[in-house]
Amino acid sequence: MSGIDEAAKGVAGTAAGDANTGAGAGDGTSAAAPRRGSDVDLGAWRGVWVNVELERGRVHPVSWELLGEGRKLADHLGVPLSGVVLGPDDASTDAAAADAIRYGADVVHVVRDPVLAHYRTDPYTKALTELVERRRPEILLLGATTLGRDLAGAVATTLGTGLTADCTELRIDDETRSLAATRPTFGGTLLCTIHTLEYRPQMATVRPRVMAMPKPDDAREGTVIDERVALDEADVVTKILSYIPDADADKAQLAWADIVVAGGRGLGKPENFRLVEELAQVLGGEYGGSRPVAQAGWIPPERQIGQTGKTIRPKLYIAAGISGAIQHRVGVEGSDVIVAINNDPNAPIMEFATYAIVGDALQILPALTESLRERKARRSGAGAHAGREAPADA
Amino acid sequence: MAERFDAIVVGAGPSGNTAAYVMAKAGMKVLQLERGEYPGSKNVQGAILYVDALEAVIPNCRKQAPLERAIIEQRMWLMDDRSHVGSHYRGATDADEQPTRYTVIRANLDKWFSKKVQEAGALLICETTVVELLKEGKQVVGVRTDRANGDIRADVVVLADGVNSLVATKSGLRPPIQAKDVALAVKEMHFLPKATIEERFNIPGEHGVVIEMFGKITKGMVGTGFLYTNKESVSVGVGCMVDDFRSARVSPYQLLEELKQHPSVKPLIAGSEVKEYSAHLIPEGGYNAIPPVHGDGWVICGDSGGFVNAVHREGSNLAMTTGRLAAETIVALRDEGKAYTASNLKRYRKALEKSFVMKDLRKYRDVPEILHGNRQFLTTYPELLSRAAHTLLTVDGVDKLTKEKQIQREFVQKRSRVGLFGDAIKLMRAFR
Amino acid sequence: MHIVVCVKQVPDSSQIRVHPVTNTIMRQGVPAVVNPYDLVSLEEALRIRDRFGARVTVLSMGPKMAADALRKCVSYGADDAVLITDRVFAGSDTLATSYALASAIRTIGAERPVDMVFCGKQTIDGDTAQVGPGIARRLGLQQLTYVSKIERVDPQAREIVVHRRAEGGVQVLQTKLPCLVTMMEGANTIRFASMDELFRAARCEIAEWDHKAAGIADVSRCGLKGSPTVVKKVFAPSARATKAQRFEAAGQSPREAVDALLARMFDEHPALETEIGA
Repeated sequence: MSGIDEAAKGVAGTAAGDANTGAGAGDGTSAAAPRRGSDVDLGAWRGVWVNVELERGRVHPVSWELLGEGRKLADHLGVPLSGVVLGPDDASTDAAAADAIRYGADVVHVVRDPVLAHYRTDPYTKALTELVERRRPEILLLGATTLGRDLAGAVATTLGTGLTADCTELRIDDETRSLAATRPTFGGTLLCTIHTLEYRPQMATVRPRVMAMPKPDDAREGTVIDERVALDEADVVTKILSYIPDADADKAQLAWADIVVAGGRGLGKPENFRLVEELAQVLGGEYGGSRPVAQAGWIPPERQIGQTGKTIRPKLYIAAGISGAIQHRVGVEGSDVIVAINNDPNAPIMEFATYAIVGDALQILPALTESLRERKARRSGAGAHAGREAPADA
Repeated sequence: MAERFDAIVVGAGPSGNTAAYVMAKAGMKVLQLERGEYPGSKNVQGAILYVDALEAVIPNCRKQAPLERAIIEQRMWLMDDRSHVGSHYRGATDADEQPTRYTVIRANLDKWFSKKVQEAGALLICETTVVELLKEGKQVVGVRTDRANGDIRADVVVLADGVNSLVATKSGLRPPIQAKDVALAVKEMHFLPKATIEERFNIPGEHGVVIEMFGKITKGMVGTGFLYTNKESVSVGVGCMVDDFRSARVSPYQLLEELKQHPSVKPLIAGSEVKEYSAHLIPEGGYNAIPPVHGDGWVICGDSGGFVNAVHREGSNLAMTTGRLAAETIVALRDEGKAYTASNLKRYRKALEKSFVMKDLRKYRDVPEILHGNRQFLTTYPELLSRAAHTLLTVDGVDKLTKEKQIQREFVQKRSRVGLFGDAIKLMRAFR
Repeated sequence: MHIVVCVKQVPDSSQIRVHPVTNTIMRQGVPAVVNPYDLVSLEEALRIRDRFGARVTVLSMGPKMAADALRKCVSYGADDAVLITDRVFAGSDTLATSYALASAIRTIGAERPVDMVFCGKQTIDGDTAQVGPGIARRLGLQQLTYVSKIERVDPQAREIVVHRRAEGGVQVLQTKLPCLVTMMEGANTIRFASMDELFRAARCEIAEWDHKAAGIADVSRCGLKGSPTVVKKVFAPSARATKAQRFEAAGQSPREAVDALLARMFDEHPALETEIGA
């Protein structure tokens, strides 16, 4: 007997294999074919849902960014915006629900259960799919974190519906009243817009920092609905043995930095990256690089900027020797001011930047560093701050 | 120790493929080792395929091989700074006989050819580098590769490993290639719509144009430029002798950028999208730079043996022909039950001498030296000829005799009568 | 133990070169390779095989030329290779793809029970990371994504312990076989195959299955028909509303160009000046 068939039966049992709800895990074992347009009463599915990702007492900020975006979608459709919180039976779950309302949710569906204390695929998938079947939202958004992507793939397959990953833009198409999800394609050279026309819910994941962070409104009011889902720890095969926090917890500050300097292939050699780091230091910002230099190992992978790396929304972004293909562009478009330095006047980045210098990055970067250093010295008085501006011991 | 083969071919370019194909077809157990990711991944060429050499092993290849355009027009340009003088041959588009030259995309052709080689029964292994030859005394008995368990034995090894000829050099079979005997060429592929290419170059349907360029575009360095029409792209490139690049301190890319700006070239590639650039070395030492091509248990063919006729820019056909002759020699020896000793393999050298390969190379063997020592052919003459043409073709009321005298005077001024005479003799010597 | 590793053949984006003079990106002539993330999974599977004597089957869904990618995997040490290739698969989104692959794995498992399935973390061309979870759901496998380390496998006890990347740290999870694992990049490096393995790969037969041989009962769940997501539009991004302001470094010193830029920038964005070095 195949290990897989056995397991499939087991999981189908726990994952809401209830004939009434129509959901099921496997397609060999329970007959959950994707619901087609003809079977789906599209009109019955209403509402925009956002997964509020609560882990270890803290909600991942991408959930708020998605509520901000979800608000626009919900208003356009004239439907309520809801958050979903799956968490332990304690105060952190309540706090998350309350925050969701502050960030824009009209309703928050909450499942509190010790089985959901920490993320595991099976119970979370079961809970979320049951809620979706019960409440029938037309749109379900999740943050593209490791949790979100793990959960979204499992939920979409269980529900047999469409999922678009790493979207850079979400809109409503009025003609079809469907979600138009845009993301890069063709290796990052072009954009494509994807719809899930005949299936519900329409699912999408969005990376952190792609959408703007909304302002919380303490005065906002909303409804919290306590939802019951039958979960039993005995049914969950995966156990969490422990959690090991990262040693340097402040490593991933790049995504939230207000000033970022980045370098690309145009710098020529990995050794030239120190020019980027020096400028970032003088500016008091973070440094990063494009995908090719991350893949080539010139910078650690956490410092990769772009669609598959970090999306950033700094006040000032300086890109040296980066051509600015779409995949990079979508990662930096949210910047307030973009300065591009490139030898090639026709590089894509030279078009969408705010300011573009056509020249050799290896000369421009040190010139910028020097000029800015002098400006700072002039403004704050040379003597007192000379030490602070000295180059790092890197 | 890995298994044993009748023959090992090092390299899956045109010469290696031809050799492997012929031997495999004759029923020999052939292993072909390629350093790159796939056959031809390390190859760069203009590229022009001289079908005759391929047809000798694969009859009717025109129908199966991926070809771009059948060349119907050849332009030879002697370039001045902003003008050129040239010759032009255009054949009949509806001629009865089949064309003998086609532009090809090297990568596509190599892939196709390799498929035929494998269908013939040869075993191809890529991403594996032969680091040296295995010897017993002076006899080569196999190869050592960079993989674990990578020693493989064979009765004979065919070295078709390209211009750098690394294996032969490392194994002491030949001296390392010298800067004066090799050229560095760079090329770009410019993509244009098919209709644009056909209109711009006046080549309906499947026909193509080849433009070979000499003169001031190489800034006094010995070299040439070229432009070939493919179906939906145009290949543009330029190459010069490596020792010239070094002493002139010019980069090949700079040279190519300037070539593309030349008024004779720029409009031909206007509006194109550059999607590929590549660079490669080309052996151009000619007859005098050909190393020993056979020994106890080994033969060399293709670029690895310096088999390139730089004057006519023929390389791939010499590669295929030498590959074929090497393989035929080996097959004949096998049929006769003879060992692959240096003296038996001498037949390969003899076959080369009898063929157009050595005949052509010998004919032009003085050209590299003559050009090296006579830069005026690349600089002064293009200028003079351009100005002469300009003078003659300008209708400005000056009578023709005066014009002719003026031209004569300019030639004599620049080169002196003795110089002109000497140049003529040198050219004759070079091309006889 | 029997391990199935799902792989995909993709264009090699790392080989896209930059023109030395113009710095534009050259995409032509880029070869197809095995999705690099899949090689991390393959190496992990091969290490388990080395330790427990497991059998490794590589599986791919794609056009006929994807057989090259599978052959490459065999050269690294995979025992068997299966390519499911069929016109009905054309236009599959991730839901349809996981359906096809899950069916094939079920068929493979009918001959020899499957204990672990590995998928790449994501592909370098699609980047969605959805197929792995999709396969896990359909086959009822315990789903372990973003695994940075496999700490322990116990085939007898049917147990596995992994480190799974979460925000700010790592979850140490224990679960039971059969399971599906996707590996984080950098967890290992694929081995350099030996000559014997290359010979075997060059000669091995890659099984090619159409949808019937793959055990796919319902063709309407494959290809375009079975794909809930539909690509409506493919387009180049529109130019920004205001064009970039240009500064040419040519004809002046770098410092002059930089000062001109900074002067303009701080003039138009005065808040930035206080932001710097704050």
